[in-house]
Amino acid sequence: MTSPLEQKKIRIAGPSVVTANRTWDGLVIYRTARGEWSATLSEAAIVRTSEEARALLAESVADDLGAVGAYIAPVEIKESGRIKPGNLREHIRFRGVTIELPVPA
Amino acid sequence: MYAYDQLDRALINERVDEFRDQVKRRLSGELTEDEFKMLRLQNGVYLQLHAYMFRVAIPYGTLSSRQLRRLAHVARRYDRGYGHFTTRQNIQFNWIKLAELPDALADLAEVGIHAMQTSGNNTRNVTSDQWAGVAPGEVEDPRIWSELLRQYTTLHPEFSFLPRKFKFAITASAHDRAAIKIHDIGLRLHKNAEGETGFEVLVGGGLGRTPFIAKTIKSFVHGHDLLSYVEAILRVYNQYGRRDNIYKARMKILVHELGIEKFAQEVEEEWQQMRGNSLTLDDGIIEEIRSRFTYPAYEKLPHMPDELKKAAHDAHFERWRKNSVALHKVQGYAIVTLSLKPVGGPPGDATADQMDAIADLADKYSFGEIRVGHEQNLALPHVARRDLPALWKALDKLGLATPNVNLVSDIIACPGLDYCSLANARSIPIAQELTRRFANHDIASLIGRLHINISGCINACGHHHVGHIGILGVEKNGEEFYQITIGGRADENAELGNLIGPAVPYAEVADVVEDIVEAYLALRVRPDELFVETVKRLGVEPFRERVYATR
Ligand code: HEM
Ligand code: SF4
Repeated sequence: MTSPLEQKKIRIAGPSVVTANRTWDGLVIYRTARGEWSATLSEAAIVRTSEEARALLAESVADDLGAVGAYIAPVEIKESGRIKPGNLREHIRFRGVTIELPVPA
Repeated sequence: MYAYDQLDRALINERVDEFRDQVKRRLSGELTEDEFKMLRLQNGVYLQLHAYMFRVAIPYGTLSSRQLRRLAHVARRYDRGYGHFTTRQNIQFNWIKLAELPDALADLAEVGIHAMQTSGNNTRNVTSDQWAGVAPGEVEDPRIWSELLRQYTTLHPEFSFLPRKFKFAITASAHDRAAIKIHDIGLRLHKNAEGETGFEVLVGGGLGRTPFIAKTIKSFVHGHDLLSYVEAILRVYNQYGRRDNIYKARMKILVHELGIEKFAQEVEEEWQQMRGNSLTLDDGIIEEIRSRFTYPAYEKLPHMPDELKKAAHDAHFERWRKNSVALHKVQGYAIVTLSLKPVGGPPGDATADQMDAIADLADKYSFGEIRVGHEQNLALPHVARRDLPALWKALDKLGLATPNVNLVSDIIACPGLDYCSLANARSIPIAQELTRRFANHDIASLIGRLHINISGCINACGHHHVGHIGILGVEKNGEEFYQITIGGRADENAELGNLIGPAVPYAEVADVVEDIVEAYLALRVRPDELFVETVKRLGVEPFRERVYATR
């Protein structure tokens, strides 16, 4: 969990979201503008200032029952308005492993 | 096989009930994640990128067919139909739901499997030689001592909250298949002049951010004194080990900072005070444990049965036999390694269907026993040589007869950025690409023994420091880069590899490895000069030149 002290230090360099894993099954989730969680990145609340990011994270972390390990992750916003994960790690969290699973889903 | 007693079973079941209650309280909000994290880690449950990961112990790498079937069941029922065998004789499931974990643990408990000692700052799963009890020339079965240590360390109050995790490995063969020199305590069984069994004790090995090869602190500790001596080491560590800095908390750092002589002296002083106390193992206890390891009723069989003579005309069979079949201590039997490194596959993964089929083959051909090795392969330890052709056919159908054991495509790799939340870069796709590059068996056998080890970050779960070629994922401006070392090894002559130059991008790793291998083929003085020997003789320079001249 991000401590309040660390949260104060948070600075973002571009559009970001808050992401975590759902407590009961570990699924990757994103914080929505309605104060809920969604497995769909396009439903994530986008923050653009460090202040907004801190507020969204504080609110997300407060939901200790719903989500584990909330943190701020960068996203890229396409001209079409589509939201894409901002780095490879987040891409893999969103899209899944980059390899073929031993047993196809 | 080892037969668990009532006490073990009661303990395992208690743990399941306890964890079920803890999960319930977590899911009802009674426990916060902060409170729960310690508890889940004590039961092998990590949080990864996509889901929870569940790590299950396979003490000293021995499994019964019944246990393996149960692992298959867990993979199928609670996960996505496969599991990942790790370098520490554990298996990991990558997609387990927290809400279902207590059920998975309960199903495993029925066959004596648990997740104790798979995570947290305690003594971890004691590992050993996957050929224990069957390797020719072995001093004695090291699992007897592994089991003694397992019983003594499991839930030991003093060792459940150590400064950091703590790992043991034991071998009883001249050739070390258990990588004891990269463990906190490495034990090598041998006999003294009086013919008594004891241990050479090595301490302070480990990989990670600050890798060290373990050093010997005592060349002979009598078997009777094993526990008191180990306890003396752990006490010195517990007393001096740094709890203030996670990066300096492993015993290897303490050994390095105190110096091996001073450390040995501290241990000796501690031990002299404890020696002869209640920790002394009398022969009765040792025999009691020994008697619980049962061996098959081997038949008297010829070394060269007709079945084998006939099959020798099949080039495919011969290729596999020469690569994957090893001598057994009993004439007429063999140890068969099952490669979990198919061309293009993720190293160490086995599907539930494969696990079930292997369990069936173990029943049919290996007295119901399976072994797990740190190289992320499996083995059938008691195969009659006359059954080898039939076994090979069955394994081949299952994709488990790739004849690449100890060859360049027998790669050790951690889960890396595809699964792991600590990773900088991916490991598995690099391994997959390399297995495709070196898929040609003739070329691979021309190259000979060559271990490539890949880790996705400095924690070194993929043992990159001790790979003949080590590949470490790093991040540079958001891109995946890889540092390459050569000349490492994890056996009785363990050494850390040396960096050959600047990190290379993802797309170039396989080319660089090919360059290194080509350089080796050109530089070796004889066909049987191993890659590591050539590197030892010449150093990294000629390899560096070859790799960077055109880059
Ligand atoms: C996927 C989740 C995993 C996590 C979060 C994880 C985490 C870690 C960490 C933090 C360390 C360094 C500890 C230290 O130096 O004190 C470590 C070491 C190690 N891990 Fe893992 N690991 C994971 C998976 C694996 C796997 C899959 C393997 C086997 C393939 C493995 C085998 C090892 C080994 C052998 C070491 C010892 C390195 C040493 O001696 O310091 N781990 N792991
Ligand atoms: S080496 Fe790093 S990336 Fe690989 S499993 Fe260990 S912690 Fe994860």
